[in-house]
Amino acid sequence: MTKPTANSEAPAATSRRRFLREGGAVLGGAVVAGGLGGGKLSAATENSENLPPNVPEWMKTPGAPMGSQPYGTPSPFEKAVVKNIAENLPQYLSASGRTPLQDLDGIITPNGLFYERHHAGVPTIDPAQHRLMLNGLVDKPLIFTMEDIRRFPSESHIYFLECSGNPSYKKPYGETASDLVGLLSCAEWTGVSLKLVLQEAGLQAGAKWVVAEGADAAAMTRSIPIEKCLDDAMLAYSQNGERLRPQQGYPLRLLVPGFEGNMNVKWLRRLHVTAEPAYSREETSKYSDLMPDGEARKFTFYMEAKSIITRPSGGQRLTTPGFHEISGIAWSGHGKIRRVDVSVDDGENWQEAQLQEPVLTRALTRFRLPWHWDGKPAVIQSRAIDETGYVQPTLAELLAVRGDNYYYHNNAIWPWRVAADGEVTNAQA
Amino acid sequence: MRRLEVAALSVVALICTTQAYAQSPYGIGRVATPAEIAGWNIDVGGDGSNLPPGSGSVSHGREVFAQQCAACHGNKGEGGIGDRLAGGQGTLATEKPVRTVGSYWPYAPTLFDYIRRAMPQNAPESLSNDDVYAVSAYILNLNGLLPADSTLDAKTLSAIKMPNRNDFVGDTRPDVKNPQCMTRCEGR
Repeated sequence: MTKPTANSEAPAATSRRRFLREGGAVLGGAVVAGGLGGGKLSAATENSENLPPNVPEWMKTPGAPMGSQPYGTPSPFEKAVVKNIAENLPQYLSASGRTPLQDLDGIITPNGLFYERHHAGVPTIDPAQHRLMLNGLVDKPLIFTMEDIRRFPSESHIYFLECSGNPSYKKPYGETASDLVGLLSCAEWTGVSLKLVLQEAGLQAGAKWVVAEGADAAAMTRSIPIEKCLDDAMLAYSQNGERLRPQQGYPLRLLVPGFEGNMNVKWLRRLHVTAEPAYSREETSKYSDLMPDGEARKFTFYMEAKSIITRPSGGQRLTTPGFHEISGIAWSGHGKIRRVDVSVDDGENWQEAQLQEPVLTRALTRFRLPWHWDGKPAVIQSRAIDETGYVQPTLAELLAVRGDNYYYHNNAIWPWRVAADGEVTNAQA
Repeated sequence: MRRLEVAALSVVALICTTQAYAQSPYGIGRVATPAEIAGWNIDVGGDGSNLPPGSGSVSHGREVFAQQCAACHGNKGEGGIGDRLAGGQGTLATEKPVRTVGSYWPYAPTLFDYIRRAMPQNAPESLSNDDVYAVSAYILNLNGLLPADSTLDAKTLSAIKMPNRNDFVGDTRPDVKNPQCMTRCEGR
């Protein structure tokens, strides 16, 4: 589960503190709703003076006044829904934090819960002093201020971002959906088409790659093929309507939809148009895929089709037999999700799930399947099929071809085991 | 009519010669000067292109490494908080591959590029170019790719052939096929 962390923001009103204490069972565990969650909660709230026929305490006194929260934050009762950050990492400068997928609905990741991967910490950049340089095989090398960038025609798109190593091919795989594939988020991005910016400088003959460089302490660099740069790549300055979060590259980041996360270079400060890829450390030593025969695949950009059931999922509990909606997310770096199949009998039979509209290119797609749980042990899982016809494989199918040294681009089907007592665990742990 | 066209052409020619650059579609941004580009463009290609002047010896690199790098990478690049940097040749096709500069990296100049831009982690871009050459030399020496009495510069660094250079292949995905069985399947 996601672990509660210290939160310096105390609720404003005394009455809220009291609710916090009373709601302690909620704060310590998962978000609880319907028949999904822990039994302790219902026991604690059954005796509450706020239940019918009594009038709830929060109706007897005015609530927090306007202005208590200049920038709104979630209810204190949602305090446990935070990024999933591993404890005891060797270091926290080159590290990652995961989105609590099992606690979220829909397809948009709240900005505060967007997954993070940094290679040298999160820089604090003054946008007035930030510049984007465009150099190399161009007619006219250019420098842009952030004001300049925002003068270009803008566009908005909903795209997912996923870290390439999500999860590894080796055990331990983790307990929750977040542990497994939490290096995945989705947002509406606003910015300018990279094509427009490149045209402003004028591409020269022989321009085949664009090396993107970040203004972080890693000066992170990745080489992007020119075809992608002239297709759907964009320079984003906003995320879900507000300016990018520092963890997402404030004030400017590259977006290469469907490509592995680290290529979407954050804190973007330079685009170097070249004839050859840079062969930077992050595209040779890292983010290359080692095969069983010792050869390594390089430039494995696309994230292939994938899905996972987020509810019910590992760490949650079905409190009662009967109706439960199975819900999850599917995505593909190659375009739209065409369908999602779900099995509730350990992969023996599969049925087509409902897809929530809109189904967007290179965005998360929410799927659902109504399910009557009979109270017996079950294994549930989903598999995505994208518009190219590609079918999400099993872990066994992946391992048979790639071996477990491959490390990146694990898009395996992930089954959850539901025990007779309703406990949901990772079936491949 | 013909006169007008000629006149128009001469105006266009005049504009082109005075502005030196073609018109941009939006006219946004300003031209970057060569000095600005030189200060920011620290990209070194896999072939060693754009390596700066300077040089550094293995022995000097050993000293710089001990001061700047060993705390995370170990005195002989054996690894710690930071990546292991040396050894591992011949392990890539085994159950426990050891990926280091010597066993895995395809291009030696990438070493200079990465150290200069990102290392040491607590103070990137603080080493002189000579020191970056020296540290690169020491790491290559630890991997048996450079004699102990050597000095490295742009030319010699570009000439080093890394053992794993030819073992990188392109992306051959989709490489795994799921038959998409719907009923009475074998299960996982």
